[in-house]
Amino acid sequence: MNDTLAKTEKRTAYILTLPAVFLVFAIVLFPIFANVWISFKEVELKDIRIPEPRAKKIVKSILGETTKIKILYKLRNSSLLQEIRDVTFQDKYPKNYQPKDLDKRCEFKKNKLNCKFGNWPAKYRENFEVIFETKDGSNVSKNEIKSIKPKLKGKSDNILLNTKFTLKNFKKVLFENEFIDLLLTTFYYTFFGTVGSIVFGILTAQMVNQKFFGRTFMRSVLLFPYVAPVVALAYTWELLLDPNSGTLNSLLINYQIIETPINLLGQKYIAVNILGFDFKLRLALTTVIIFEIWRYFPLAFLFILARLQAIPKELYEAADVDGASPFQKFFKITLPQITAVISILFMIRFIWNFNKFEDVFLLTGGASGTRTLPINVYQQGFAISDIGTGSAVSIVIVILLLLFMFFYFKLLGKRVDEN
Amino acid sequence: MKTKNIIIFSIISSFFLVSLISIWKILVTLQGIKLENFNFQTIFLLGFLVSLAHVIIGNKLNYILKLIIFSLIFIFIDGYLIQSMPIWYNIGVFLILYFFINKIKKFNNKILEEEHSTQIIIFDFLTLFGIVLFSFVILFPFYMMVVTSFKTQIALLVNPLDFSINFAQGFKDLFKSYFVIFKSYKFGKYILTSTIVSLGTVFITLVFAIPAAYAIARLNFFGKTFLSTSILIIYMFPAIVLVIPLYTVFSQLGLRNSIEGLLIVYTATTLPVAIYMLQGYFKSIPKELEEAAILDKLSWFGIITKIIIPLSIPAISSVALYVFMIAWNEFLFSLMF
Repeated sequence: MNDTLAKTEKRTAYILTLPAVFLVFAIVLFPIFANVWISFKEVELKDIRIPEPRAKKIVKSILGETTKIKILYKLRNSSLLQEIRDVTFQDKYPKNYQPKDLDKRCEFKKNKLNCKFGNWPAKYRENFEVIFETKDGSNVSKNEIKSIKPKLKGKSDNILLNTKFTLKNFKKVLFENEFIDLLLTTFYYTFFGTVGSIVFGILTAQMVNQKFFGRTFMRSVLLFPYVAPVVALAYTWELLLDPNSGTLNSLLINYQIIETPINLLGQKYIAVNILGFDFKLRLALTTVIIFEIWRYFPLAFLFILARLQAIPKELYEAADVDGASPFQKFFKITLPQITAVISILFMIRFIWNFNKFEDVFLLTGGASGTRTLPINVYQQGFAISDIGTGSAVSIVIVILLLLFMFFYFKLLGKRVDEN
Repeated sequence: MKTKNIIIFSIISSFFLVSLISIWKILVTLQGIKLENFNFQTIFLLGFLVSLAHVIIGNKLNYILKLIIFSLIFIFIDGYLIQSMPIWYNIGVFLILYFFINKIKKFNNKILEEEHSTQIIIFDFLTLFGIVLFSFVILFPFYMMVVTSFKTQIALLVNPLDFSINFAQGFKDLFKSYFVIFKSYKFGKYILTSTIVSLGTVFITLVFAIPAAYAIARLNFFGKTFLSTSILIIYMFPAIVLVIPLYTVFSQLGLRNSIEGLLIVYTATTLPVAIYMLQGYFKSIPKELEEAAILDKLSWFGIITKIIIPLSIPAISSVALYVFMIAWNEFLFSLMF
């Protein structure tokens, strides 16, 4: 009895989970393997479409002969690159029709016109004509013939399914496109974006955790950037930062802080003088990172605020009795209590920033030194339309992510052991 | 010790006042009023004197009287420096001073003599400063979004500093941009598509996620732990990595450029989070209810529809909201497909 109950439970569980698991695996896990496959192939965007044999049927009546009708098929290969093999053709006709002088490639049987056209090379075109007449001498009806569509079939090589592999894509990614610079940009973007959003998350959470008038309002305001659509935000920022008609530049010029407008999103480097040392700051990248921090610190804020509110009040009361200062309380109580949340946040944000595509794409399009790895996937795959290389970049992203996760968990595990 | 504290307090509080007034001045400038100098030094000095006077006078003077006197002196000097400002500018300054003096009210002789008073001052003013600054930095782009929608492109190009809205121009001119996008650019159609895709995603995700989450929360089966951990890992996986293979497969299947294709991808990418969030909630529903239902010979379908769903309406609605938000804001896949 117990056994059957466990069995039915198992069966029910599989029935319940299978649809979701299947869908997720098909859309998320399958592409990752497909990526590995594509990355070893030389595929371009235009190769993806499967070549199809197509026919356009045109019905023409013949002057003076009401019992005959001319039918013109405009045949073509849809692909400009690949041939189609063994093209077969079929078209149906009403019962009382029969062809006159049929082409050798075709035969007429049981009211059906069957043709074997053989191989069609790329860009193939042919006008194929048949004349039909009615068996009993009655008038033809054009519309009846027009309404039936011919069927065509053919075989073609699917470039994705053959077994020709090449290492060219990886060579291109690793040695040609300034890979080190790409990695560094991605790293700066990811690291500073993550750290910045966590620091601001801690600051704001600490702020909102205190009681003041308008606290609930403040809490919801802080979530605005996170919930608003990225397209709208990026557009507003572009408007704000525009060198010619942007509000920020006009404000700075108005207050005589700067003399000429700065193109915050379009300038790669800016010379900065700090304590007598000349630095070359990556300006556009910095702006993008600031946008990133602005948009994502609410997530850190939410996590940290939830943790802050769970810290027992007794800890602070005890500290008060011991005469601890506010800073001591922050560094000795609050910070140790939120390190666990921060380490999780760091991982999540690091991974997400590493993969972030939309923000950079919408702000700069990857220009002026903001080309990160995800942007490169898009540029290789769709702008240069080299799908294979784009896939290779995705594979590099996945490998780097797995490496990061591995070392992070190893490091985290060690720290936990030490404690 | 005490004098040192008073001076530190005055300096920090006047920094705070300077930042408040500066933000106000930026906002005023954006109303098309010519204002070319922040007068940092003067305001800093004034703020310093106000704070100092506040501590020295203490409770000897009535609070409201003190407030009015301080504000009037401040406004007079400020107005003398920058002439020809409209009245509402001075009202704003007055309100800022009211807020400021209200905030420094708590710092009297007593607190300034306490241990750690320097740190308390710094901490308090940092918090205040943070609140004001963060609200400004976060709300400013949204403010700009709203204002620019009521202005024409040319007006913005001519003077990017003029954010003032001309209410006198009549309803039709004011909402001109909105009329244009709906009439000339068929914005309604896009909104409809977005709505269909988002709501469809929410619906399909819930249909798939509720049974799966229930199974993971309640039933024992082989591969359960593997499933629940792989869900989290999949959630971490980058969308950009999926784009190329999905694009190739979808264009071969003819799913590209279709709402169905988007629905499939969105559902698959939101399912892991939805399952994760729901199973956490389902675990908190008392098991006894289901045991009673099993005794009454209710099938698993009945259990889910008659017990689990009615009891977890709050969780389901928050998951639905989250999924809706993801689908509504998604950009990458809708750009590609």
